[in-house]
This record gives sequence, C-alpha cells and structure tokens, in this order.
Amino acid sequence: MNSDDIRTVVFEILRRIAPESDPSALDPNENIRQALDIDSFDALNFFVRVNEQFGISVPESDYGGLNTVSEIVGYLSARLG
Amino acid sequence: MFWPVIPKSPASWKVPPNLLDYEPTVATFSWDAVRGAFQGLPENRGFNIAHEAVDRHADGPLSDRVAIRWLGAEGATLSIRYGELKTRTNRFANVLKGLGIGKADTVAVLLGRIPELYIAALGTLKNTSVFCPLFSAFGPEPVYQRLSRGDAKILLTTERAYRQKVAPLMARLPRLQSVLLVDAREHASDRLLSLPRLMAEAADAFVIPPTDPEDIAVLHFTSGTTGMPKGALHVHGAALTHYLTGQYVMDFHPDDVFWCTADPGWVTGTSYGIIAPLLHGITNVVDEADFDAVRWCRILQAERVTVWYTAPTAIRRFMRMGIEPARQYDLSRLRLVHSVGEPLNPEAVVWGLQALGMPIHDNWWQTETGGIMIANFPAMDIRPGSMGQPLPGIEAAIVERADGGVRVIEKPNVQGDLALRPGWPSMFRGYLHDDARYQKCFVDGWYLTGDLARRDADGYFWFVGRADDIIKTSGHMVGPFEVESTLMAHPAVAEAGVIGKPDPLIGEMVKAFVSLKPDFAPSDALRLELIGFARQRLGSAVAPKEIAFTPDLPKNKAGKIMRRLLKARELGLPEEDLSTLEDSG
Repeated sequence: MNSDDIRTVVFEILRRIAPESDPSALDPNENIRQALDIDSFDALNFFVRVNEQFGISVPESDYGGLNTVSEIVGYLSARLG
Repeated sequence: MFWPVIPKSPASWKVPPNLLDYEPTVATFSWDAVRGAFQGLPENRGFNIAHEAVDRHADGPLSDRVAIRWLGAEGATLSIRYGELKTRTNRFANVLKGLGIGKADTVAVLLGRIPELYIAALGTLKNTSVFCPLFSAFGPEPVYQRLSRGDAKILLTTERAYRQKVAPLMARLPRLQSVLLVDAREHASDRLLSLPRLMAEAADAFVIPPTDPEDIAVLHFTSGTTGMPKGALHVHGAALTHYLTGQYVMDFHPDDVFWCTADPGWVTGTSYGIIAPLLHGITNVVDEADFDAVRWCRILQAERVTVWYTAPTAIRRFMRMGIEPARQYDLSRLRLVHSVGEPLNPEAVVWGLQALGMPIHDNWWQTETGGIMIANFPAMDIRPGSMGQPLPGIEAAIVERADGGVRVIEKPNVQGDLALRPGWPSMFRGYLHDDARYQKCFVDGWYLTGDLARRDADGYFWFVGRADDIIKTSGHMVGPFEVESTLMAHPAVAEAGVIGKPDPLIGEMVKAFVSLKPDFAPSDALRLELIGFARQRLGSAVAPKEIAFTPDLPKNKAGKIMRRLLKARELGLPEEDLSTLEDSG
C-alpha cells in the first residue's frame, strides 16, 4: 500500500466520522481535530477504524503525535512498510 | 462486587489536610466565618470575585507568584504572575468600559483554553459585567441559542470560529454589539474588532466599581430535558463556596500547583479552572490541548502538579491504556486526585491506588449548585463508588415526592431524589428569563437536584441516576430536545428521539432514533448525511454519534416520544416495566 492508497482510506474513515467535511481539501499539515471538529471520542473511533481497515493497532500513547493528515499517513506508512 | 473501604491515616498524608475532623467542623460551621478569609473591595465598595482572586494577591506578597501557568497545544508556554494578571485584567475591563459595556451586560466567550479566555473572564468580573463561557466545540446552533438567550452584548472568539460559526448568525443577533477577535490585528468593522488592538490601547489601571455580593457574575448554560438550554445565574458571593471547597475538598496549601483539566465552557472549568485556585493565591495550570494521556503524564511531572482535578472519562482512558503513570513518571509532588463530571466507578477509584499511588476522590455537584456540594475529603475514608459526604455548611437529603410536596427519607439505603437545603453562597439565583422553571426546582424548602441517589447509614451518598432524560456524555450535559429539534429540521426526518446510550469510556453516547418521511428510505448514505447535518449545526460535543432508523418511535397517549422506552429497547430491558414510568418532561 503506498501513501496515496493509505491517504484514500484515511479520508474514507474521516468521512464516516465527520460526514459534513471534505478531508481531501485539508492542508496536510493542518490539525484535523480542529479543522474537522473531531472530539476525543471521535478520535478514538478513528483509531478503532484504522485498526479494522489496516490491521494496525495504534497504541493510545501514540495518539498525541497524530494530529495531521501527513502525520497519520506517515505513521501508517512506516507501520505498514 | 464488594469494594473494601479505603482507609485514610495520618501516615498516608504528605501534608496534613485542612479538614481533619469532619463532624465537629460541620457542627460549628458558619458561612460568616468563611467571609473572614476575604478582603472585600476597598472603601467598603462591596465584594467582587476578581478583587479576591487577583488584585488582593497582586497588591501583596504574592505579586510575583505565577497565577496562571499556560501550556499551549503546540508547545508554547506562558506564565502569568498575579501582578501581571491584575494589569491584564484591568486592561480588559477598560476595553469593555470603552465599548460602553457595564454592569449586568453579558460578555460571552467562544474560545479554547487560551490566556485571553482567562483574562476576559476576570476582566469581565472586574467590570461587573456577566461572564458567559461557551464550549468551543459547540456548533452554530448551540452558540446561537446561548448568545441569543443570554442577551450577549460582546462575544470573544477567534477568526476561524467567527467565520465558521458566528458570521452566519450575526443578522439574527441584533443585541450583539461587537465581536472581539483574539487573533485579528486590525478592526474589520464597527462590529468586528481586534482584541489585541483594543488591549494595546487600554489603560493599565482600573478601579472596580461598587459590587454587591448578590450582583450576577457568571451565566452558565445547562441543558434541559424539554426545552432549550437554561441559563443559570451565579453571583459574586459564590466565591465563598469556591474558597471553602478549595480549602476543604481540594485541600489547597500555599505552595500548591493545581491542575483542573475541565474546559471553562462547563461550570467545573470556571469554578475550579479559574476561580477557586486564584482565590487561594496558588498556581493554576491550564493546558490548551485536548486529552492526550502521555502529554498529561508529562504535565503532571514537569509542572510538579500537587492537586489534580480531572474527570472519569480521562481516568478510564488511562485505565484502557494499561499505563501506570506513577511507575513511568515522577509524580512525587502529586498529593491529591479528584474527579467530577459523572460518578466515578469503584474500579477507577481503586485503579488510582495502583497507578497513581493514591485513591481518586469523587465529588458531586452541578451547574446550578455553582460549587462542590458532596465530596470525598482527603482525611475521610473512601467508600469506592460513593460521592462522599456533604460539604460543611451544606445540608443534603434524600427525599420523595408525596402529596404535592416532598418528604425526607430518613431510612438509610433507600433511593430517592437528592435534595439540598437552599441558601449556600454559590446556589444559582435564577434561570435567565425563566422564573417559572427556577421556582419549580424548589419544593417544601428543598432544592431538588434532578439526580436520584441514596444515603447509607454512615452518611455517605451514592449516585443512582438522573430523574430525567438529560444525557451525560464525556462529563457534559446534553439536552435531548436540542438534538431532536435539529434533526427534525432535516427534510427527510419525520420524528426523532434522542437518548444517552451507555458507553464504557464516555459514560453515555448521544444516540438518535429517527423515523423518516414517506418519500425517504433508510440508507447508510442518509445516516451519514444526518450525522453530518447535526454535526454542522450542533458541533461534535452535542451531535449524535450514532443514528438508527426506526419506523415507529414509541409514544405515550399524549403523542410524546418516550425516550425511556427507546433506551430500554437499546439496552434490551423489558419494555412493559418502563412504560408505566414514563413521566419525563
């Protein structure tokens, strides 16, 4: 899975959590919690779905460093790599 | 499961608690004696929270003490000392005065936890205007409801929040005189002003005008079961409760560093995230970022936090991670941990012993009470799962409704309505523009809290549940009516019923049951559309996290949707037992 594929799946997950938004219009370095109005419960759901889609369990201790699209895609690429 | 009592002994105290002998203290307590801890405004001009929380420390030996230790989400930090806090809040009061804002005018803020919020809160109190905090994750609809019902004349917010949430509302808010943007360099119009510019032009000196302890200081909106949010009014004199609970529950000592993780958009974040620690002249830690377990452990360590006030949602996140902060971080300065927002489950109280090296102290209060009413005190044995015992000066009882009035239940361990004897300093003084609703809260000389509880033979109170349909999610109250009204504004929705679905992490999750109009069929796409529709209007803090389509929403004979029946179905409980109980709203 390359970065583009990962990004596509991440956007699909975000669209299910914040269906009113268009994640692809985000600046890759924008804080998605603020830009998409993701509260901490939404964030938790996001990582649950990441686990379902990618088979990667993200430990909660890593959540804090995963706030932007580029951080998330970079992290998942490294973990999948 | 039986949870053993957690005993307290002098050997376990790092510092002797302020409240050592509960019963004698209760027996001899007087609020008049608490007044002695305050200075009052010079020349007998009255009593103002901001004078007691800021100016009297700034003008004394605590002037150089850090009042607010702010930690920015992106790593910036800022320490504001009491002396400087006085000047900054003076400037903000002068900004308001310059805009013609005076006594009893509402100043609303829609901001994250940034320094401007704290300066605005205290500056507003100095100006004897009314501080009205709005949770920054509210969408435009809750913001509109609160600004409009609260008669807000001034709103502080950011350019982004203005653009996304407030700009479309401006035409519907004729009483809103000006919006002050905290991050705008220049004024955009007469109604859209740059706060930095106004602050730069404002004078450093401000004389707090005469303030009666009964003058309204804070307006907090809270959710109702049936109508739109209610605006609970609090007075300057409420500081007596804030001070006393700071002394007896939080157990503040002069060198303490206190961290209350609540957002000032909710009453805890104002009463304890701003007022109580400053009244005691200690250092108040403010973290801008949202919950992040690792970050929080680092803050406890790096800021050398001694007293920590947090919420069950956060504690359960720590438990879920399986981390034990006390093993991985230096928490040697931490002395006391408190929790509020929803009842703390016994597992979590006990988890504290293992993971933090000390039990977690649960306490109970609500927006209307203005401050902590029932608590587990540092020197009192903890019964895990109990909210503790009443604060000295507070009379609490379990009552039952009978013959149009209420009767106190003296027998222990019997469930009833949790009631308080009115008259404590931080009791709300009204619901704005809704006196009938306010009067309804008081029956036979008791304030009825709307919570169901029981009291054991030794005087410990135990939470049982809400007497109404209000949803407690992540420690916040959500009124089902507000959510239902929004969903019904969607063209596909015929009717909606909203409940709190129990959730192991956030207590309850907002879940909506929706029936569709004849031309619409349930689909995943429509479900997502409705979630998006609600999020856009209500914001993530209020919008439903789950939506289920149902062709038949259960109703009573009057045609009202029976939320409790929906909840029973959701939980797989027998419906017959509940249908007769339906009396909500």
